Amino acid sequence: MSTVYKIKKGLDIKLIGEAEKIIVDLKAKRFAVKPPDFIGCFPKLLVQEGDAVKAGTPLFFDKYRDNIRFTSPVSGIVTGIERGAKRKLLRVVIESDGKEEAIDFGAADVDKTDRDAIVDKLLKSGVWPVLRQRPYAVVADPKDDPKAIFVSAFDTAPLAPDFNLIAHGNGEVFQAGLNILSKLTSGKVHLNIDEKNTTSKVFLNSKNVQINRFTGPHPAGNVSVHASRIDPMNKGDVIWYLGPQEVMTIGRLFLEGRYDAERIIAATGSEILHPRYYKTFLGARITNMISDNVTEGNNRFISGNVLTGAKIEKDGFVGFYDSMITVIPEGDYYEFFGWLKPGFNKFSFSGTFPSKLFRNKKYRLDTNLHGGVRAYVMTGKMERVFPFDIFPLQLIKAIMIEDIDLMEHLGIYEIDAEDFALCEVIDTSKTNIQDLIRNGLELIRKEMS
Amino acid sequence: MKALRKFLDKQKPHFEDGGKFAKFHSMFDAMETLFFVPDKVTTSGAHIRDAIDMKRTMITVFVALMPALLFGMWNIGYQHFTSYGENPGNWPMFWYGFLKMLPLLIVSYVVGLGLEIIFAQIRHHDVNEGFFVTGLLIPMIVPPDIPLWQLALAVAFAVIFGKEVFGGTGMNVLNPALLARAFLFFAYPASISGDKVWIADKADAFSGATPLGHAMIGHFDQIPSVYKMFMGFIPGSNGETSVLMILIGAFILIITGIGNWRIMVSVFAGGYIMGLLFNWWGANEYMELPAYYHLIMGGFAFGAVFMATDPVTATQTKKGMYYYGFLIGLIAVLIRVFNPAYPEGVMLAILLMNVFAPLIDHMVVQSNIKRRLKRMKLAIK
Repeated sequence: MSTVYKIKKGLDIKLIGEAEKIIVDLKAKRFAVKPPDFIGCFPKLLVQEGDAVKAGTPLFFDKYRDNIRFTSPVSGIVTGIERGAKRKLLRVVIESDGKEEAIDFGAADVDKTDRDAIVDKLLKSGVWPVLRQRPYAVVADPKDDPKAIFVSAFDTAPLAPDFNLIAHGNGEVFQAGLNILSKLTSGKVHLNIDEKNTTSKVFLNSKNVQINRFTGPHPAGNVSVHASRIDPMNKGDVIWYLGPQEVMTIGRLFLEGRYDAERIIAATGSEILHPRYYKTFLGARITNMISDNVTEGNNRFISGNVLTGAKIEKDGFVGFYDSMITVIPEGDYYEFFGWLKPGFNKFSFSGTFPSKLFRNKKYRLDTNLHGGVRAYVMTGKMERVFPFDIFPLQLIKAIMIEDIDLMEHLGIYEIDAEDFALCEVIDTSKTNIQDLIRNGLELIRKEMS
Repeated sequence: MKALRKFLDKQKPHFEDGGKFAKFHSMFDAMETLFFVPDKVTTSGAHIRDAIDMKRTMITVFVALMPALLFGMWNIGYQHFTSYGENPGNWPMFWYGFLKMLPLLIVSYVVGLGLEIIFAQIRHHDVNEGFFVTGLLIPMIVPPDIPLWQLALAVAFAVIFGKEVFGGTGMNVLNPALLARAFLFFAYPASISGDKVWIADKADAFSGATPLGHAMIGHFDQIPSVYKMFMGFIPGSNGETSVLMILIGAFILIITGIGNWRIMVSVFAGGYIMGLLFNWWGANEYMELPAYYHLIMGGFAFGAVFMATDPVTATQTKKGMYYYGFLIGLIAVLIRVFNPAYPEGVMLAILLMNVFAPLIDHMVVQSNIKRRLKRMKLAIK
C-alpha cells in the first residue's frame, strides 16, 4: 500500500465555472509555440513565414542549448512570426491544414531502447521540452541524471481540470510514457495521485513507478510539495517533472513514432457560459472556445489557472504546459468605501469579511487588487498557506536584498514561484511575490551558469 | 457617490506629476483611496487577490479598540464624579469623558497624520494606514489630564524617531504608541506618574492611586476588588482599565485573524507564571499577591492584546512568538515587583522585547537553516 501524505496548510479557493465533464472537438485552425513559455530560452528561428511544416518540424532552438528543439505540434503553414519589444520572439503561429501529417521518427520497443537513443528521439521530435527540472522550472538538461522524476496526476488549483477524464482510455500510451521516464533516471519515477479524487484505472494501475497518495488543500498538487514530502531537494539536486498529458505525448512518440501533440483543454471560469473540455492540439488558439461562449464585458483571459496562469488575448493561444484556460471579469472599477462595507460577496482568507462564515460558497472573483501596495506589516499569515519547512517572509526578504547565500540557506531550491501563489493572493500588502521569487531564482541560475 | 467620483477624476490630473498641486499628491491619494478602493488590476502573478487590504486590517483593529475606548470615556467621568462623591448618571459621565478624550484624539491624529503625509510626500510613497491605529492607541494609554502640547510632542517623537527614521511603516523596531508613552514617562514624569494624574480634575482629598500605585507603597489593603479591576471601575490610563472590554477586543482580533493569539496567550502565561514564582518565593507582601492579580492590574491586559501583538515590532516566526510573549509577561511582572521606580512594567517589558524580537527570530530561523544543512550532509553520505 502506498503512503498517504496529508497536507494541512493551504487554501482551496472555490470559484464559479468548473468545467462540465464533456469533451468537444475544438476544430482550431491556428496553433502557436510561444518561446516565453520556456523560462531562460533564447530562441533561434529555423523557419520563415510561408514555410510548410509537419508535426515534428523544428521551429526554433535554444541558443544556449542547441540540441533542445521546439517543433510544430501540427502540420500546415507558418503564418506568423510575432515579435515584441526589442524584437523578442513572442510566438510562431502555424495554420493547420487539417491533414495531421507528421514526421516519422520510428516506433521503438521501449524495453530494448537505451537511454541515449531515448534522449535522442525526444530531442529530435521536440517532445523533450515537456520535461522540466527543479530548481528553476526550466526545460530539463539532457546531460543531467535527475535524482527522481515526478508526475502529478492531479491538480489542486482553482477550477483545475480533471485528469481522470483526460486520461480515460489512454492507459497504454500513459504506461509507455512512464516506462520511458523510468529509463531517464537512475532514481525513481513518482506518480503522485489524489487520495480521494484520483479514480482512473490509468493512474491507479500504473506500473514501473512508485505511487504516492496526497490529500489536502492547494498546493497539495504542486511538484514542490510532493518532492518536499517524498524526497526533499538539497543544493545541487535536480529533479524532473511533467504532467499526465505530457507523459502520454512521450508514450505516443515511442508507440507510434510520431509527435502527436494531442491535448485536452478545460475552458473554465465564471465568464464562460458553458465550461467544458475541448480536444485539440498543443498551443491551440482559444477563439473557438470562447466565441458565443463568454459573457459580455471586459474579461481577463488566462492560459492556465487564476493563480499561476499567463494573461492572453481573447484570440490568444494556450500555453505549452497548460491544460486549461480561465476567463474571469476584469476588476477595473472604483468601489465606494469598499474597505468599509461588510462585503458578503468578497473572498478573503482573513476573518474580516462575513463571507468567511460560508465555507462552501463559490465566488465570482475579478482581477481587482482590492487595495494599494504597502510595506509588509502583517506577519504569520503566509505560513498558513505554505506547507513547507521554509520561512516564506524571510526568504522573500533574502531575495529582496539579493543575498544568495541566505536564499540557499532558507531553501530557495526547494520551491518555485508557483508555490508562493497563495501567499501572493492573501498578501495584505498587495506585492507581486511570484515575480520576486522568479527573479531570485533567475539571479541564482545566472550566478551558477 | 458618482458625483464624488467625477469630482475626484477631474481633480486628479492636478495632483499628478507636473500638475499644479503635485506636492500634495500623497494627501490626494490618501483622500481618494479613503473614499474609493482603487481600480487597479493585477498585472503579474496571481490574477485574483484577497479582498483584505491595509485599510480593512486597520479598521478591524479600530473596531476591536472601540469597547475599551467607549468604556474608558465613561470611566473618566465615573472616576471624576466619584472623587467628588457625586453620581450624575451614566450619560453625563460618558459625556464628561468624551469631552476629555476628544481633544486628545484630535491632537494625536492631526499631529501624527500630518507628519505621516509629509514624510509620504517626501519619499513619494502612499500614506500608510498604520497611524490610523497608533493615533487611537496613544490617547488610550495616557492619563486624562495630560497637557495637549506634551501629547503633541510625544506623538511627533514617536512618528519621527519611532518610525520614519527607520524607513517608515513596517521598518520600525519599537512600537510607536508605546514609544510615545515612554517619551512622556521620561520627559514629563509629573504628568504620567504618581497618584494625582489618573483621575480627571480630581477632588484634592480623594486618593487617586491606581491599584499598582497602592501595591507599590505597600497599601495592599487598598487594592480594589478583583471584580472592580476586571470590570475596570478603577483609576488608570484612559482606555486600559477594563479587562473585560479588552478581552472583547482580543476576541475580535483573534476571530478575524488580525491579532496573533499566540502572543496574547503567551504574554498572559508569562505574567501568571512569574506571579506564581513570586508566590512561591514569598519574600515580601508584593510577592504574595495572588498571581492572577498581575494580569488584571495596570496595563497588562491592554499591552498583551493591543501592544505586544503589533506585527511589525513583534517576532515574526511562530516559535519566536511564544518566546517573545512569554518573556514580555515575565519581565513586566518582574519590573513591577522589583523596581521601585516604575510601578508599571508592561510598557518597558514590551519595548525591551521589541528590541530583542529580531534576535529571537534570528535564532528560530538559524535552527531551520541548520536542519537544512544537516539533511544535505546526510544526503551526501
